[in-house]
Amino acid sequence: MQNIISRKTICLFFLMVTAFSFAKEEKHEGEGDIKTEIKEYINHHLLDTHDFSLTSYTTDAGEHKYIGFPLPVILWDNGLKVFSSSKFHHGESVAEVNGDYYALYHNKVYKTDAAGTIDLDDHHHPTNVKPIDFSITKNVFTIFLVGLFMFVMFSRMAKKYKTGSMPKGMGRFLEPIILYIRDDIAVPNIGVKKYKRYMPYLLTVFFFIWIINLLGLTPLGVNVTNNIAVTLALALITYFLTTFTANKNYWGHIFWMPGVPTPMKIILAPIELLGTIIKPFSLMIRLYANITAGHIVLMSIIGLMFIFKNWIGSSLSFGLAFALSLLELLVAALQAYIFTMLSALYFGSAVEEHHDDH
Amino acid sequence: MEKLINEFSIGLFFWQLVLFIGLVLLLRKFAWKPILDAVEKREDGIKDALDSAEKAKLEMTNLQADNEKLLKEARAEREAMLKEARDIKNNTIETAKGEAQEQANKIIEQAQAAIESEKKAAMEELKNHVASLSLEIAEKVVRTELSNKGKQLELVETMLAEKTSK
Repeated sequence: MQNIISRKTICLFFLMVTAFSFAKEEKHEGEGDIKTEIKEYINHHLLDTHDFSLTSYTTDAGEHKYIGFPLPVILWDNGLKVFSSSKFHHGESVAEVNGDYYALYHNKVYKTDAAGTIDLDDHHHPTNVKPIDFSITKNVFTIFLVGLFMFVMFSRMAKKYKTGSMPKGMGRFLEPIILYIRDDIAVPNIGVKKYKRYMPYLLTVFFFIWIINLLGLTPLGVNVTNNIAVTLALALITYFLTTFTANKNYWGHIFWMPGVPTPMKIILAPIELLGTIIKPFSLMIRLYANITAGHIVLMSIIGLMFIFKNWIGSSLSFGLAFALSLLELLVAALQAYIFTMLSALYFGSAVEEHHDDH
Repeated sequence: MEKLINEFSIGLFFWQLVLFIGLVLLLRKFAWKPILDAVEKREDGIKDALDSAEKAKLEMTNLQADNEKLLKEARAEREAMLKEARDIKNNTIETAKGEAQEQANKIIEQAQAAIESEKKAAMEELKNHVASLSLEIAEKVVRTELSNKGKQLELVETMLAEKTSK
C-alpha cells in the first residue's frame, strides 16, 4: 500500500516539475506572442539538440541562460571533425573548426561561412552543405545512458541468481515482466522450440522502449522514441532478424503461396514481398506517431495553463494534463509491449514449420 | 512525410543501431542468459519436486494397499489355522472316541466271553453237581425202591432228562 502511495507521489511530483520548468520558460515572455512561443517550445522539445539543456530562462538584460551541459559534435566533412557543442552557443554563434565554419539552423548543423550565412530556397529549406552528423546529441547521450543503466541493472540482477534461485531486490519486480515476455509473448507466437533464439532481442527491445518512453515523461525533456531514426533502427533490426532467420516455409509462402491457383501465385508474390517491408515499417511509424502525438497533446494542455491565466481554466487544464500523463504512462508500456509482441509475431511467421492443413 | 525525412538524423540512426546491437549482445551474455537459465532451472526444480511428491504419494498408496493385502492374508491364514486346529481337535476326539468304543467293545466282548466260559464252567459244575446229586438221589431211590427196579430206573432217567434240558 505504501509503495503505491509513494509511486503516485513520484508521478505527481514529476508532473508538477514538468509544468514548473515549463512555467519558468514562459515567465518573461510577452502576453501577445505566448501562443507562438508555446508552439515553438513544443516543436523545439520534439527535436534533437546538440547540447543537454534541462531548461533555459531569459535574464532581465534579455540574455538567454541555459541550464545544462554541452555535448561533443562529431562531423564527417572531408575528415572527422570533433568539437564541443558549446562552440555554437546554443545556435547563436558560428563554430570554427580548422578553417571550416559550421552553424546550427533548426538544430541541424550546416556548413557556412565566417558570418554564418544560411541560404534558404523557396520552401525555406537551407541550401548550405550539410555535413554528415555523427554528433553525440541529447538523444544519443540519452540512449547510451539508458543502455548503461539497463546493463548495470540486469547484469546485477543476473548475479543475484548465482547465490540463490529466488529473485532478490529489483529481480522481484523485473522477473515477472521477463517471465511475461517469455510465456505470453515469445512462446505463443514463436513456439517452444525456437523462442530461445529471439529472447535476448525481445527482452532488450521491450525494456529499452519502455524505459526510454518513461524517461520521455520526466521533466528532463528527453524525447527519444519520437525520432524516426530511432524507431527505424529498431524496426530494421526486427526486419533483418526476421529475414535472416526465416526458413524455407516462410519464403515459400511469400514467393509461391501454396494452395492458390498459379495466376494468383504470381499476383500474390509482389504483394507478400511488399508485406515483409510494410510490417516493420508499421512498427516504426506506430511507435513514432504514438509517442510524438502523446508529447504534443500533453505539452499543449500544459501550455493551455499559461494561455488561460485564470484560476478555473488553469486548474482544469492541470487536471487534464494530470489525467493525460497517467494515460501516457500506460501508453509508454503499451507501445513497448506492442513493439515486442509484433516483433515476436513476425519472428514466429519466419520460423513457422510447414503445415499441411492449408 | 517531407518533414519526417527532413527530421531524420543519420547520426542518431547510426548510434541507435550500434548501441542497440551492442546492448542486445552484452545483455544476452551477462543478463538474459543467466537470468533465463536460473529461472528455467528453478522451474525444472519445482517440477521435479512436484513430480517426486506425486510419486511418493503414489508409493504411499501402493504401500498402504500392500499393507492391507498383507493384513488380509494374515487374517485369512489365521482363520485357516484356527479351522485346521479345530479340525484336528475334532478328529482327535473322533478317533479317541472310536478307539475308546473299540476298547470298550473289546472289553465287553472279553467280559462276555469270560461270562460265557464261566457260565459253561458253572454249567459243567452244575451238571456234575446235578449228576452227583442225581446219583445220590438215585442211590436213595434205589435203596428205597428196589422192588420196582425197572419202573424206577425209567423214572430216574426221565427226571434227569428233564433236569438237563432245563
